Amino acid sequence: MNTGLLLPNSFPFVMSTSLNAWSDALSDLYLLGLPLGLVIIAAIPLVFIALYALTYGVYGERKISAFMQDRLGPMEVGKWGILQTLADILKLLQKEDIVNKSADKFLFVIGPGVLFVGSFLAFAVLPFGPAFIGADLNVGLFYAIGIVALEVVGILAAGWGSNNKWALYGAIRSVAQIVSYEIPAAIAILCGAMMAGTLSMQQFNLLQEGPYGFVHFYLFQNPIAWLPFIIYFIASLAETNRAPFDIPEAESELVAGYFTEYTGMKFAVIFLAEYGSMFMVSAIISIVFLGGWNSPLPNIGSVALNDWTSGPVWGAFWIIMKGFFFIFIQMWLRWTLPRLRVDQLMHLCWKVLTPFAFVAFVLVAVWEIYVK
Amino acid sequence: MSEYFRDIGNSVTTILTGMGITLRHFFNAVKRKGDAGIDDDNYFAQVDGLATLQYPKEAIPTPETGRYRLYCDISDCIGCKQCERACPIDCIIIETVKVTKDDLDVCGKTSGGQQKRFWVPVFDIDVAQCMTCGICVAVCPTECLYHTQVSDFSEFRRENMIYHFGNLSKLETEAKKKKAEEEKKAAPKPKPKPKPAPEVQPAEGG
Repeated sequence: MNTGLLLPNSFPFVMSTSLNAWSDALSDLYLLGLPLGLVIIAAIPLVFIALYALTYGVYGERKISAFMQDRLGPMEVGKWGILQTLADILKLLQKEDIVNKSADKFLFVIGPGVLFVGSFLAFAVLPFGPAFIGADLNVGLFYAIGIVALEVVGILAAGWGSNNKWALYGAIRSVAQIVSYEIPAAIAILCGAMMAGTLSMQQFNLLQEGPYGFVHFYLFQNPIAWLPFIIYFIASLAETNRAPFDIPEAESELVAGYFTEYTGMKFAVIFLAEYGSMFMVSAIISIVFLGGWNSPLPNIGSVALNDWTSGPVWGAFWIIMKGFFFIFIQMWLRWTLPRLRVDQLMHLCWKVLTPFAFVAFVLVAVWEIYVK
Repeated sequence: MSEYFRDIGNSVTTILTGMGITLRHFFNAVKRKGDAGIDDDNYFAQVDGLATLQYPKEAIPTPETGRYRLYCDISDCIGCKQCERACPIDCIIIETVKVTKDDLDVCGKTSGGQQKRFWVPVFDIDVAQCMTCGICVAVCPTECLYHTQVSDFSEFRRENMIYHFGNLSKLETEAKKKKAEEEKKAAPKPKPKPKPAPEVQPAEGG
């Protein structure tokens, strides 16, 4: 394998652009006899999460929230405060890593880890463009929904291990919320799966490919698709503990909820997990309903906008931009709506979203079977 | 059942209204909110745009009638010490030296035309203690003490909050003290009443 190191095939960025070509090439890449290509595949989403959380996640959210409230946001560190997040990270790195005396040390330490791994594992089936996907599982969507549920364990471990009433309340609320909202979310996603007839993430994208761009997206292919789309979006807000469903952290009631006792890098890891799952649900909704890495621009006669904006790099651009768009909506909602009460939260889940998800499920099934 | 659907409809419309409001503010963030003050007629008309003032770099001017940091125009001070006595928290410390007869012209007059009879080598105002009550301003006979418009005078060291307004150097003070002493010794006889002397005495001692 070492002899093939310098051949073009070893460098994924100059390779052919057929489906999954880059990730396949990387997985075959051996350096010093070790399968380091696999490590690189895993490292790419990790670096992506870190970079996006650093820039768009923290800095962007602070700026967006500031602008929505007629403020300026961070302005002092660097021009327009762009280095503020770096300064914050330096601060977090220097913080003492406190494990309180009466905490369950094992659970306390392992909590943020499970949380982050839970949200990070779902990135394995996330296609970053046509040529790159961690693992093109045939049950990719199911895997993504299932593995994200691992987060619940991390949250419960963190909340219980902290030995703190706020943290425990936050964890209990979080578990109740995530487990409840998984039902409408899963049914809404099932509507998408029915339209596609597959669970593979790459297949979803391929099926929504076409010369007319956004017209081929499932959101516009089915007259009822907007209903599961909205239901999944609302439920995904609750699953990522974003406002207005942020009752697990509810800073005005529970200090910080399940991560009250965390300091330093453990705190940072919890935040990274939150931003990771924010992008994850945004990517899932854009893959299932909005064509994933497909360009939304249509070919208009000789102006082949769709052809010009398709390809592996464009694919990565589109899926990241679609994800960022939904993250922007999440932030927008966060700075618009007040937090729901616990009973309102359960009312919305069980009495509104779940019945409507069933209705959408039936209507989509009828459309797919009898009309299409 | 109709209430259920009305609730959903209400939620959707209110959420969309709210999102419209925040989005409008988001896009208006490229503008600055006007600078009209509360007494301006169009104060409530200017609701769009960023409202933040980046304080040390930009500030709303304090009102012309604002009473903030205490200031002493020492050239008008006649050293009567009324402000020191009036101050409820003793943040003013004054030391005076009597002016000898030959120095009266050197010492000069206040802007109001009153002859100054004391040198004021020490006139310290502790602005950290001063609560801007304005009593000293009220009692000042020459109106040389007043509150200024300066509202931000934070310092890194406590000592820098004590403002020295005295207008004599240490050497000058010693010389003036000696002079006053000599004059007192030279002319003790025409004054049989020792009354005013003790008033001057502590000042000289200090």
